[in-house]
Amino acid sequence: MTRDAREHYVAGFGQFAEREAAGDPPWLHALRKQAIARFAETGFPTRDDEAWRYTNLGPIARTPFEIAAPASAVIGRADLERLSFPVFACSVFVFVNGRFAPSLSAPRALAGGIQIGNLAAALPSPLCPLEGHLGSLARPDEGALVALNTAFFTDGVMLHVPAGVEIETPIHVVYLSVPGERATISYPRTLVVAGRGSRATVVEDFVSLGGGVAFTNAVCEIALAEGSAVEHVSLQREHEDAAHLGAIRVRQARDSRYKAHGISLGGRLTRNDVLAILDGPGADCELNGFYVASDAQHVDNHTTIDHARPQGTSREFYKGVLDDRARGVFSGKVIVRPGAQKTSAQQTNKNLLLSADAEIDSKPQLEIFADDVRCSHGSSIGQLDEDALFYLRARGIDLATARSLLMRAFSAEITARIGIGALRERIDELLLARMLRTRAEAA
Amino acid sequence: MSSEILLQVEGLCARAAGNEILRGLDLTVRAGEVHAVMGPNGSGKSTLANVLAGRPGVEVTAGKVLYRGRNLVEMAPEERAREGIFLAFQYPVEIPGVTNLYFLKAAANAVRKHRGLEELDAMDFLSLARRKMKLVEMDEKMMSRAINEGFSGGEKKRNEVLQMAILEPVLSILDETDSGLDIDALGIVSRGVNSLRSAERSMIVITHYQRLLDHIVPDRVHVLAGGRIVRSGGKELALELEEQGYAWIEGGAGAA
Ligand SMILES: Nc1ncnc2c1ncn2[C@@H]1O[C@H](COP(=O)(O)OP(=O)(O)OP(=O)(O)O)[C@@H](O)[C@H]1O
Ligand SMILES: [Mg+2]
Repeated sequence: MTRDAREHYVAGFGQFAEREAAGDPPWLHALRKQAIARFAETGFPTRDDEAWRYTNLGPIARTPFEIAAPASAVIGRADLERLSFPVFACSVFVFVNGRFAPSLSAPRALAGGIQIGNLAAALPSPLCPLEGHLGSLARPDEGALVALNTAFFTDGVMLHVPAGVEIETPIHVVYLSVPGERATISYPRTLVVAGRGSRATVVEDFVSLGGGVAFTNAVCEIALAEGSAVEHVSLQREHEDAAHLGAIRVRQARDSRYKAHGISLGGRLTRNDVLAILDGPGADCELNGFYVASDAQHVDNHTTIDHARPQGTSREFYKGVLDDRARGVFSGKVIVRPGAQKTSAQQTNKNLLLSADAEIDSKPQLEIFADDVRCSHGSSIGQLDEDALFYLRARGIDLATARSLLMRAFSAEITARIGIGALRERIDELLLARMLRTRAEAA
Repeated sequence: MSSEILLQVEGLCARAAGNEILRGLDLTVRAGEVHAVMGPNGSGKSTLANVLAGRPGVEVTAGKVLYRGRNLVEMAPEERAREGIFLAFQYPVEIPGVTNLYFLKAAANAVRKHRGLEELDAMDFLSLARRKMKLVEMDEKMMSRAINEGFSGGEKKRNEVLQMAILEPVLSILDETDSGLDIDALGIVSRGVNSLRSAERSMIVITHYQRLLDHIVPDRVHVLAGGRIVRSGGKELALELEEQGYAWIEGGAGAA
């Protein structure tokens, strides 16, 4: 058996439960205990685990990460602005090292009985709207990483959109990591409950201020009631020393629409683990993803779309640019349950490899137990089109610009799907800036 | 004629993917001249065009290529373009995801900047582009489409001439810009090209057909075969070729 730092977390839990989590309602206390017990049992996944074949958690499993110290006092607005967050007329919630930072946040008054705020404030309330939702989609018994987050999370954003309410502007949640001297961990937790026929856009923005070994163990749960629509941007641009292991768990009722944009630009190791269960007839799920990795970055998109009911539709579009020795993994599992007739599922993964040492493992997986279904998948690996580069250069456009144009064209296919124009433009800029930091510029 | 020598090619040898394609090619183009280059398929015409434009992968192994006295071989393709060399591609490249308008503006401004001119803003560029589009009778809708994507063969060729009209090059190389054009389009494209003719500008027109040369009348006609210019003459040479074809090369004067 490999040694991991499992004991470190298990031993730390007692003190955590007595201090930080002392104010928990009983149901949460029970949930946490269940979670740490589960984690104690399994420890971190290893590569023997089929779902972790291409991603080695060894170094993370062996490091005893300390809970990141509160750091909001050392952060100013100027720091935030330096990170050039998207600017739009939206509510901004900032969390620093997993804790709400009210002075950096700018919640806006929202109409129609919308409940929004930080979990830590909502939890002790007797009218806590979270019970029954929190931990119901990301269950502590499903795996070690969700269990670890459940045991130790202290804060994050919660959003409850009542039936029929539409929020036009995005809710922007910034999870800011400020690494310390020692290896630190933070546990952001997001919960979105969309009532019948409601609509909302949520942006989770994971970002670091400064370098240092930091581990973000994030969990996001999104429950969509009948006919609701949620658009969800998850933007990961943490420091290159960071490990980011995120789980997104989605349950969709009848005729609901979930649209995700998972964008990974930073981190030494990134794993985006998405599970969407289409649990009502006619639900529609679209997962878009874009990743850029260079040097020794490793980015793993692990998705499961579970068509549990008939007439569901799902589409996955993942694209990435890999340079140097970077490694990408795309694993897309589509399950069509018995009786989920008239399901349509489509999946594509396209990769641009800028170096001979970059690598991608792209693996579709279909588990189909119904007969009247339409499923398709395709993947491709290519280089920047040399003929196109020459064509652009032959018109006076320099090589670096020509490359950036082609990369931008490559990423635009994904970002074009982002519904809100201002958000799309901002993300396009971030992507382009990131892609220009690949060797493209050096060449 | 004693105008300035714009392009001087001497003993040019070039290869691509290990194949010797050009084997000692000589060509001199003076300011204001139009040269037609004809010759059988596979003789090296596009390779010559690619050498002049700087396509990576086409390697110059011997000889020299001077443009306005400068060694062209050492210049990056974008630098050549900014210095006034323009290649209208035989097979224009489709580039999905980049609009024609964005591309043309970026190109125009790169060239303008190099020439010490002020860069054009979106409005100014659009009015310039509109004027030039009229010249080649191109639909404005083409501007918001991705570069050449889904363009018909003729539309692609017009787009090349549009780019040429916008960039106002000093030395234009038209590689079979007439291929795939209907009679009307041929007239339109030729008008576009002729509008650029001046005492300072020169052109190398690669073609298989005399009919283009009715519109764009050349000063010199060259026959390229086996990687060399095997015959040169005045415009009447094109007519002769039209009648006789290239069979004479093997048997006669031009055998490699
Ligand atoms: N990149 C390359 N790799 C291998 N062979 C090449 C390459 N480029 C050109 N060639 C070969 O060199 C020869 C000359 O090609 P080129 O395209 O210059 O001919 P061309 O005179 O333009 O012909 P066409 O009239 O058909 O356009 C051909 O045999 C062609 O196959
Ligand atoms: Mg050719």
